[in-house]
Amino acid sequence: MQETENKMKDQKYIGKSAVRIDGKVKVSGAAEFIDDLDFGPDLLYAAIVESKFAHAVINKIDTSDAEKIPGVVKIVTGKDFPFRFGLYMHDRFIFAQDRVRFVGEQIGAVIARDAATALKAAKLVKVDYTELPAILNVEQSLTKDAFLIHPELRYYKHVPWFFPKGETNIAHLRKVRKGDVQKGFKEADFIFEDTYTVPRYAHCAIEVHGAVGLYDNSDRLTVWTASQSPYTQRNLFAEALAPLGLSHKDIRVVTPFIGGGFGGKAGVSMEILGAALAIAMKGRPVKVLWSRAQEFYNTYQRQGLTARIKVGLKKDGTIIAMDNILNWDAGAYVEYGANVVNAAGLSASGPYNIPNVSIDSVCIYTNLPPGGPYRGFGYSEFLFGLESHLNEIAKKMKIDPIQLRRKNAIREGDILNYGGKMNANGLIEAIDKVEKEIEWNKKETSSDPNKAIGKGIALFWKAPAMPPNASSSAFLKFNEDGSINILISGMEIGQGLLTVMAQIAAEVLTVPPEKIRVETPDTDRNPYEWQTVGSHVTWGCGRAVESAAIDAREQIFDIVERALGKDRKSLYLDDECVKSKTDTNFSLSLRDFIIAGIQKPDGSYRGGPILGRGMFMPEFTSALSDPETSQGGHPNVHYTVGASAVKIEVDRQTGKVKIPKVVLAVDVGKALNPDLINGQITGGLLQGIATVLYEDMRFNEKGKLINANFTDYKIPTSMEIPDEIVPIIIEVPQPDGPSGARGVGEHTMIPCAPMIANAVEDALGIRIKSMPITAEKIAMNLKHSL
Amino acid sequence: MNNQSISTTINGRKFTFDVYPNQTLLHFLREELGLTGTKCGCEIGECGACTVLLNGEAVNSCLVIVPQIDRKEILTVEGLAKDGKLHPLQESFMNHDAVHCGFCTPGMLMSAKALLDKNPDPEEKEIRTAISGNLCRCTGYIQIIEAVRDVANKA
Repeated sequence: MQETENKMKDQKYIGKSAVRIDGKVKVSGAAEFIDDLDFGPDLLYAAIVESKFAHAVINKIDTSDAEKIPGVVKIVTGKDFPFRFGLYMHDRFIFAQDRVRFVGEQIGAVIARDAATALKAAKLVKVDYTELPAILNVEQSLTKDAFLIHPELRYYKHVPWFFPKGETNIAHLRKVRKGDVQKGFKEADFIFEDTYTVPRYAHCAIEVHGAVGLYDNSDRLTVWTASQSPYTQRNLFAEALAPLGLSHKDIRVVTPFIGGGFGGKAGVSMEILGAALAIAMKGRPVKVLWSRAQEFYNTYQRQGLTARIKVGLKKDGTIIAMDNILNWDAGAYVEYGANVVNAAGLSASGPYNIPNVSIDSVCIYTNLPPGGPYRGFGYSEFLFGLESHLNEIAKKMKIDPIQLRRKNAIREGDILNYGGKMNANGLIEAIDKVEKEIEWNKKETSSDPNKAIGKGIALFWKAPAMPPNASSSAFLKFNEDGSINILISGMEIGQGLLTVMAQIAAEVLTVPPEKIRVETPDTDRNPYEWQTVGSHVTWGCGRAVESAAIDAREQIFDIVERALGKDRKSLYLDDECVKSKTDTNFSLSLRDFIIAGIQKPDGSYRGGPILGRGMFMPEFTSALSDPETSQGGHPNVHYTVGASAVKIEVDRQTGKVKIPKVVLAVDVGKALNPDLINGQITGGLLQGIATVLYEDMRFNEKGKLINANFTDYKIPTSMEIPDEIVPIIIEVPQPDGPSGARGVGEHTMIPCAPMIANAVEDALGIRIKSMPITAEKIAMNLKHSL
Repeated sequence: MNNQSISTTINGRKFTFDVYPNQTLLHFLREELGLTGTKCGCEIGECGACTVLLNGEAVNSCLVIVPQIDRKEILTVEGLAKDGKLHPLQESFMNHDAVHCGFCTPGMLMSAKALLDKNPDPEEKEIRTAISGNLCRCTGYIQIIEAVRDVANKA
């Protein structure tokens, strides 16, 4: 394990709630997002010609009427870009070729001098289709006589850890086999089986997706995107456009601030259009900005899930076998979504120590919009079923649901599904603290006979899902006055990355965070980062920044040793100065020499600008394993775990749920900035609560999304927040994390759905097995149970 | 459509413009005046990212057409700071970690200002109500409510 050096000593900046270094630019209105950048009067705008059908053959595209509109500059379609692309599997085209596979899929684009003209002309492009039957759910897709949504599946290029089943609609099957599950069930005293379903969800970042591309006459392609993944985008643009002779060095991706990501702005979705349209319009910048409706129907969506869960237990509540089949509605293209299926499959036994496990996690094509990454990356979905099911089991076995969990909770050193060992963690501590804070043993009743009070708990875990060679890197530059610029390509998506990176460097170099500037990425300037996803950048990018700061520090000591003859081993940094343990009078301010060098008596100088360089790759991971069992590899770097509990008050007549109190305890390894973690807890809880109480995507019988706006897809406002939120931070250090930290961004929304389902059951005695659990659904269930 | 002449005050400065009568205030601010602090999130009055003050009232600028600001006063996020010094609400948002991605922040600040200008000592419920038209997907709102309340407490 690659140990961090900075963890044991007293810390001045780590662990403190430093104010965000990007706070001022954001409150002042000066922060620039994609749509705020000025490209001058030459800027062109594109509007998209979209599929009307969930599944159809394109016979002919007639652009003649659209071309007559004054102001239209060019119209492009699939024939202009016959290139496949994709993050983990090349199953997409930039524009549909001969077939469309979901309602809203891009068929072509009209480029015009203003947005309104482009939109008007796009509506005049006539597409002649032959409509085909559409597959709108996984059951239909898995039937023997189902037609193939991707007849060429077997030829698609993909990463080595995917196992597509050619001549079926199964794009990837992740099989996990640990122990002997048949034997486990034979030895079980009780077996409980049930099925739980989760619909699709939308990220709903308040900023929509956008991209601006410029292919200039020097053959340089620059794409400005609202993105979590500038380097991944550059790589995919280069791969997709390689037939045109572009190389990575000629492609530049610039990502200004983004107005929320939540996974939706990871990978490459509509941003490929910014690159392609720029190529089509050499010499002029072209802008594509999604409407709110497009934001719903043509970006990644959280995938739907049907989970059949079977659990075998001994009389004392020990779980000895689990057999789960997860059928994922992955949509029309799965180039990213298949990895959600993969990651969830590896971990779908939850944070429990179970000797015999069988999991089939099945990535299934449907004619719905592409699935993809969403905060939680599949874990929220399978834990809804699993954590609901455990409560049902506890009830039937007459065991307290917390006792059942505590008894089976995974501990350090326990064997994971793929054969590795569980990392150090504070899961039991989290359970204990949540149990106490929610007053689990205190049964409460409402004085209002129309109200029922219930409590619910859920555990959660999640590992970053990343390729084994996903790397982070950092440059650190000192300025003349001793201030610092840090260059990284980890993305500030609201989580506070820039601030935490400044804190990490501050701790090593004793320069306060307010003297450190960290900017959003530009691939020409900032070094490599794989992507800002999977709650891994505090950990991975943090290690790279820490390493760059240490590199700079060593250069500083080197200069002082060479110029002044000081014993290097005696040197240390304190309060922005170099000091010596053996010569207590010695103190040299960093600003005096970090650019200018140190002058010798003869007038010459030693030193020069200090430039730190840092890199981090988790060299202990591997995605190679037996495809039939998943044994043998080391796909996950570590798990972050925790527990959450809620008290709800349900109106027996309307089904409306109020939340007087919610508690969430998460083991973050080390809280680098407690305020920022509390922010992740409150924000994640509300986003998670929304998926169970309010939201879901609704499609009509033709596969068209019918609630693509904030009136019909209702996300919570300030009126829907819980009365009290208690965040609990647990710190069991991650040995290879910066100062012991591990990720926390996604985890805070993962337990929400099952803990509320469990609280509803506790309050009313009804078990709802399909999300969302809206007031309407509760009221209908109550009516039927009368 | 013919242009129309309007007189208006934006962030304390008086202007006379010839405007397209069907342009929204949101696009007018962002595209004609370069005041891009006001954000566009939905263009149909659902998200509140484009909130500005129109004669002191918080409005969705995507639902206002430019002729409606004739002889009226507009305040945007760029007009909150005075003499290079941030408004107390801006300071408080920073200090309470009420700003995450920052996209809803300008609109949120304007709704909060509209409230405090009329009601300097609001109850929590009144704060919640005042910002209920401003969607935020990052924070969970609690820090924002605390930031507003803190300004009220200090006033």
